[in-house]
Amino acid sequence: MLRFAVRRLMQLVPILLGLSILLFFWVRALPGGPAVALLGERATPEKIAQINRLYGLDRPWYEQYLSFLERAVQLNFGSSIRTQRPVTEEFLRLFPATVELSLAAGIFAVGLGIPLGYLAARRHTTLLDNVSVTGSLIGVTVPVFFLGYLLRYAFAVKLGWLPATGRQDSREFLDAVHPTGFYVLDGIITGNPAAAWDAAKHLILPGIALGTIPLAIITRITRASVLDVVHEDYVRTAEAKGLLKRTITRRHVLRNAMLPVITVTGLQVGLLLSGAVLTETVFAFDGVGRFLNLAISNRDFSVIQGFILIIAVIVVVVNLLVDIAYGLVDPRVRAR
Amino acid sequence: MGTGTSEELDLGQAPGRPGRTAYDGPLLAVDDLSVTFTRRGRRDVRAVDGVSFAIRPGETVGLVGESGSGKSVTALAVMGLLPGRGVRVGGSVRLEGEELLGASDDRLRDLRGREMAMVFQDPMTSLNPVVSIGVQVTEVLRRHRDMTREQASVEAASLLRRVGIPDPVRRLKDYPHQLSGGMRQRALIASALACRPRLLICDEPTTALDVTIQAQILDLLRQLVRESGTALLMITHDLGVVAGLCDTVHVMYSGRVVESAPRRPLFGSPRHPYTGGLLASIPRLDAPRGAPLHPIQGSPNDTIPWETGCAFAPRCDHRVDACTTSAPALEVRGHASVRCWNPLPPPGRTAAAQEEDA
Repeated sequence: MLRFAVRRLMQLVPILLGLSILLFFWVRALPGGPAVALLGERATPEKIAQINRLYGLDRPWYEQYLSFLERAVQLNFGSSIRTQRPVTEEFLRLFPATVELSLAAGIFAVGLGIPLGYLAARRHTTLLDNVSVTGSLIGVTVPVFFLGYLLRYAFAVKLGWLPATGRQDSREFLDAVHPTGFYVLDGIITGNPAAAWDAAKHLILPGIALGTIPLAIITRITRASVLDVVHEDYVRTAEAKGLLKRTITRRHVLRNAMLPVITVTGLQVGLLLSGAVLTETVFAFDGVGRFLNLAISNRDFSVIQGFILIIAVIVVVVNLLVDIAYGLVDPRVRAR
Repeated sequence: MGTGTSEELDLGQAPGRPGRTAYDGPLLAVDDLSVTFTRRGRRDVRAVDGVSFAIRPGETVGLVGESGSGKSVTALAVMGLLPGRGVRVGGSVRLEGEELLGASDDRLRDLRGREMAMVFQDPMTSLNPVVSIGVQVTEVLRRHRDMTREQASVEAASLLRRVGIPDPVRRLKDYPHQLSGGMRQRALIASALACRPRLLICDEPTTALDVTIQAQILDLLRQLVRESGTALLMITHDLGVVAGLCDTVHVMYSGRVVESAPRRPLFGSPRHPYTGGLLASIPRLDAPRGAPLHPIQGSPNDTIPWETGCAFAPRCDHRVDACTTSAPALEVRGHASVRCWNPLPPPGRTAAAQEEDA
C-alpha cells in the first residue's frame, strides 16, 4: 500500500511539470497583461515598462520560467500583483472556505444521491425511477452559474429564506473570531452557536448549486450499479440463505454497488474545485475560486499559476486517498 | 439410510428448532407445478408445465434435462426465489405438508436456509467478492440458529473442516478470490448445510468445476446427505452424476416430466426415447476407438407446443402419427412413469428378473 501511494505521488512530477509549462504560456497569451490591468486608464508605455521591469516581465521567457520553477519547488509562488501578499499565504487563508463549501456540496450530493439512486433501482421502471433518471439528466446539463443565480433569486431575493452572498453576516457577527477559517467549526469551538448556524445557512444555496452536477452523476451511477448487483448470483445465494432483507441490502447489495460510486465520487473532487470558481463568484463567497476568478480578470500571473498548481496537487492527492479507500472496501484490490 | 435415525440426528443437533408434529407424508410434494414468464408485448413462456414429484426424507432425487427444460426454474419455484414480477406460478409445493406457494415472504425467509437450502451452479459468482468466507458461512447460522458471533465462528470452522477445507480457521478470514473454484463450492455447500436443512437442492453444482474436482464434490455431497439424513434434489444434465447419486430420477423435457423411474430401471431399460437418447449419447470408455458418438438430433429449440403433441416429436426417431396430433399423458409402465405414445420396448425377461432382485 505504501509503495502504491509513493508510486502514485511520483506520477505528480510529470503532471505538475507539464501543467506548469501550459499555465506559464497560457497566462502570458492572455490579452492585456498585468500592467494594463493594474494601470487601467492611466496606462502609458513608460508606466507599463516600469511595472513589467518591477515584476521581471521584461526578461526572456525561459529565464522567467526557470526562476518561477526554482521558486515553485520551494512552495514560493511570489506575491499577488493585486493584493501584494504572498500567493501561498493567500491560498492558505482562502482554502478553508472552499473546503467548507465543497464539503457542503459533497454532503448534499452523496447524502441525497446514494439513497435516491438506490430507491430508483429498487423501484426500477416506476415513476420514481423515471423522475430520477430525467432529473439527473437535467442536473448534469444545467450550468453551475445559471443554477446559482436561479437559486439566489428564488430563495434569497424573492423568498428571503436564506442569505444571498458571503460566508457570514458581517454586521451581526462583526467580532466573531476564526481560529481555523472553517466558519461553522469556528462558531462551534468558540462557543458561538449563532455564528455557526449563520455560517451554515450561508453554505446552503452555494452548496446546492455546486453539488447538483455531482448529485446527478452519483444518482445515476448508484442506480446503474445497484441494478447490476441485485442480479448477481451472490445476491441470490444470500436470498437462498433466508437472510433478512436489510442484511442482504446492506451486506450483499450496497457493499458491492458502492465500489463504482466511490470511484466516481473521487473524480467529483476535481469537479467541485473547478465548480467552486463559478459558485463562489455568483455567491460572492470569499474562497479560493472567487480569488482565482479575480486573479484571471486582473492578469495576476503569480496567483493563477500558484493556485492552479496547488489545486492540481490537491486533486491528485484526494484521488489517491479515494483509491486507498477503495482498497479498504474491496479485498481484491488490497491484494495487489 | 433410516428415516428414524435422521430424525434423531436432526433434533439432537439443531436445538431450538420449533417442534414438529408427527408427519409421515413426503418431505417435499410438488404437485402440478407450472411457471409462466409473462412480459408485456411478448408471448407468455411456460417454462414449467404441470410438474409433479415427491421427495421422501433422506431420499436423493435427480431432475435431469437439457438447458431450458425447466429444471432450474422448478428448483427456484420450490425455494420461492423466482422474481416477484412477470412470473405466474401455479400448482402446489408443500414442504412437510406446508404449502409454500403463496406463503408470506417472512415465512419463506424463515424456511430458506433453515429447512431447505440451495447450492448453485457457479461457485465463482455465487460468493460475494467483498465479504469474507467467515461472514458468508456464519451469517446463516446467526440468522437461523441465534448464535453469537463467537459460537458461529467455531461452528463455521467445524463446517469448513467437514466439507474438506484445510486450515479452516485461517480460511474464515479469507475472501472468495483467495480460494479455488472447488474450495468455493465446498464453502457454499458448508453454508447451505450449516443449519442442517431437511432438503438440499443442488443446481448443477459441479458443472463449472473441472472433472477431478467434480468427482470430489459429488463424493462429498453423497457422504454429507448420508450422514445428516438430508434429502437431496439434484438438478443436472449429466446422467453420470445421476448414476452415482440418485435413488429416483425425473427426466424433464420442454417443461414437463417425460419419464420418472428409480435409478436402476432408468439406466437398465429407459422407456422414453428421450431418456434412451440421453443414455446413448454418453461417450463410453469401452467403445472401440473412433466409434462415432450418438447425439440426439436437433436441438431443444426444435419443439412443438405440448398442446399440439409431444414436444420431443420433432427430434424423436420413434415418432408415430399420434405424436404430432395430441400430447401423451404420464402413464405408469412397469417401474417407470412414461409420457410417450410409442415407448421403447420393455426389457427382456431376464433383465426384468434381475431388477426384481435388486
